[in-house]
Amino acid sequence: MSHIYLDHAATTPLHESVQEQMTSVMQNHFGNPSSIHFFGRDSRKLLDQARTTIAKSINAPFTSLIFTSGGTEANNLAIFGSAYANEQYGRHIITTQIEHHAVLHPCERLESEGFDVTYLPVDETGQVDLNQLKEALRDDTILVTIMSVNNEVGVIQPIQEIGELLEEHQAVFHTDAVQAYGVQQIDVQEMKVDLLTASSHKIYGPKGVGFLYKHEKHHLKQQVFGGEQERKWRSGTENTLAIAGFEQAVKVLMEERESRNTHYQALFNELIAQLEKQEMEFSINGDLNNRVSNIVNISFPKTEVEMFLTNLDLAGIAVSSGSACTAGSIDPSHVLKAMYGEEDERLYNSIRFSFGIHNTLDEMKQVAEKIQPIVERLKSLS
Amino acid sequence: MIYLDNSATTKPHEDVLKTFHTVSSKYFANPSSIHRMGGQVEDLLTKSRQQIADLLGVGSQEVVFTSGGTESNNLAIKGVAEQYKNRGKHIITTQIEHPSVLETCRHLEQMGYEITYLPVNDKGEVSVNDVKEAIRPDTILITIMHVNNEIGSVQPIEKLAEIVEQYPTVLFHVDHVQGFGKITIPYGHKGIDLITISGHKIHGLKGSACLIKKQHISLSPLQHGGAQEDRVRPGTENVANAVSLAKAIRLALEEQKNYHQLQELNQTIREELKNYLQVTINSPKHGAHHILNFSVQNFKPEVLIHAFSDEGVVVSTKSACSSRQNEASHVLKACGKTDEDASAAVRVSMNANQSQDDINAFISAFKKIMSKYEKVMG
Ligand SMILES: Cc1ncc(COP(=O)(O)O)c(C=O)c1O
Ligand SMILES: Cc1ncc(COP(=O)(O)O)c(C=O)c1O
Repeated sequence: MSHIYLDHAATTPLHESVQEQMTSVMQNHFGNPSSIHFFGRDSRKLLDQARTTIAKSINAPFTSLIFTSGGTEANNLAIFGSAYANEQYGRHIITTQIEHHAVLHPCERLESEGFDVTYLPVDETGQVDLNQLKEALRDDTILVTIMSVNNEVGVIQPIQEIGELLEEHQAVFHTDAVQAYGVQQIDVQEMKVDLLTASSHKIYGPKGVGFLYKHEKHHLKQQVFGGEQERKWRSGTENTLAIAGFEQAVKVLMEERESRNTHYQALFNELIAQLEKQEMEFSINGDLNNRVSNIVNISFPKTEVEMFLTNLDLAGIAVSSGSACTAGSIDPSHVLKAMYGEEDERLYNSIRFSFGIHNTLDEMKQVAEKIQPIVERLKSLS
Repeated sequence: MIYLDNSATTKPHEDVLKTFHTVSSKYFANPSSIHRMGGQVEDLLTKSRQQIADLLGVGSQEVVFTSGGTESNNLAIKGVAEQYKNRGKHIITTQIEHPSVLETCRHLEQMGYEITYLPVNDKGEVSVNDVKEAIRPDTILITIMHVNNEIGSVQPIEKLAEIVEQYPTVLFHVDHVQGFGKITIPYGHKGIDLITISGHKIHGLKGSACLIKKQHISLSPLQHGGAQEDRVRPGTENVANAVSLAKAIRLALEEQKNYHQLQELNQTIREELKNYLQVTINSPKHGAHHILNFSVQNFKPEVLIHAFSDEGVVVSTKSACSSRQNEASHVLKACGKTDEDASAAVRVSMNANQSQDDINAFISAFKKIMSKYEKVMG
């Protein structure tokens, strides 16, 4: 049975051209970029090219990228690195209740070390309130970390406005742009962010690589110690193969981002139209007017998410209930909890659909048709 | 080009590349996703973990995948230091460790830990007795490398393990990056708690590595996030790399049977180098066969390396991570070499299947370079 994969927010397949690029790099360029001989220089060239392409894609200088092993490491480096580097100016951090665990858990860890963390609430649409952020800001706030796009509901935060708000404040501004990079144009100058995280495997690149953009005026406390790679912000032999693959994924992204968005929006429209055609009861979590095109989180009243997911899986539809890292145990989503409160039934009946370049309109129709009897059956059980 | 810089990195094995290609194109889903596509990928991850565990004779839950040797070393050392700080804050290491160990120890020193950097003798070997005497009631960790990456000296890991075993509150970490696939250590030994292995040094891929972490040990993670790798190492799993690491480990262990042949090749080079008064051999006689380090008087190492390159032979300076600076090697200094020799070192590093022809090419290149040089010097 062929699967319909609608879990692109969890991870994406390699783009064909990325696969090709990596195959060629694997066979022809294996040197250690720190070596001074031919093989080393050859790999260094690849690395420099990738850095140039990727830096350009976010309008950042060449030297501002720190390659890491993924989004999680980049978030950890941003948060621990800037917290420890700026401790002398204060120990207050502001974040939101709907961040990815790779932001929340580092913040909790810092809390246990004596830092003070404010977790801003969000409203029913998943939005942070700028006034609440203003009120939360203190003289001893050293870091504000707010995600660009939420991975569970696709809601967009007003990053540029926050950046402008923080311009005159000492706090370093970090944004986790892992889910934004594939669908939004990113310009770190315009957004006025100091630190920005992205991850390759969410944009059709290989797993095991990501980056942290760092404005040159900021210092981070190093987290992984060793050789002098990445200007000593991140030691370890550079993963040139994955970085070259990442570069190719970014190249294609820059060409296709707009057309991809058009495609995702069409898929979204079709899915909703088809669900309506099936006369199913459902509602969209989040904000229809302030969402990315490729993620939609839908609540199906009177269904139970765990059984729903199992049934969808049996029907060949790969979706998830929230972020993959927490999906193993289906705890109610902390994101929906922040939006609707502890008791809301949407915490227990919501499914995330995330679209990709290979999905077709016909698949949306099939999905709606397969969902309909499942929902009916689950409702009869409740 | 004849590549004799296998300690910096190796050419990935064809089978490893095939494995990576297959897994990354066919099994892309997130293993933490609960649908079947995720489940299939999770199975692959479990299988690779089991395969590595079986090959090494450890438990499958004892294999933690990481992004490289550097991360594994950081995780082992910082992880133990943080986790067991209530037991004590003393750590023992040596003066000749890789920067990923030394720099981590220096960081911990700033954080209030006390580090003993044991000296080595002129052969680059630490004394077992020194280690024993350095152990204190507040010692929580001993981290000592197996094969040194610059000169190939080999530390007596098994003897050290036997000693550490007698101290139940002292953990033992071994940086096995340069030894794996060449010289075995007793992976299952009760005295060894943590072992670092890096894929790209054994014809695997960059970014693929693991830390063997014995079951009784808890590590404070370097990073916080998802619940992957039993919470010790969060982040979406790189399953294609994990499977390719399992393949690289299997192949490296198979090819280890050829390692003894390198002794003769090493000897051949030594015999040749001995003909030149201006050459000092820095590697100990009874070190690992695959690494040979030497200095040539009045020859800057970059100059020598470029001269070799012109002859189609690739060798390197002390170590790739710091080869851009000209300062003296901390390893050679610890072995008591002069500043001059310690700043002039060149390293030949072989893979397990290096051929006699490659070594002959190295030797004729060297002869040519030296005769040119002698002409210049008159
Ligand atoms: C918003 C967000 N941040 C961070 C991450 C972590 O990235 P990675 O899987 O590359 O570690 C993810 C995905 O898992 C994510 O969706
Ligand atoms: C002895 C030793 N330990 C650790 C490392 C670091 O490994 P990686 O390059 O995989 O980060 C190296 C190689 O650079 C090494 O030679």
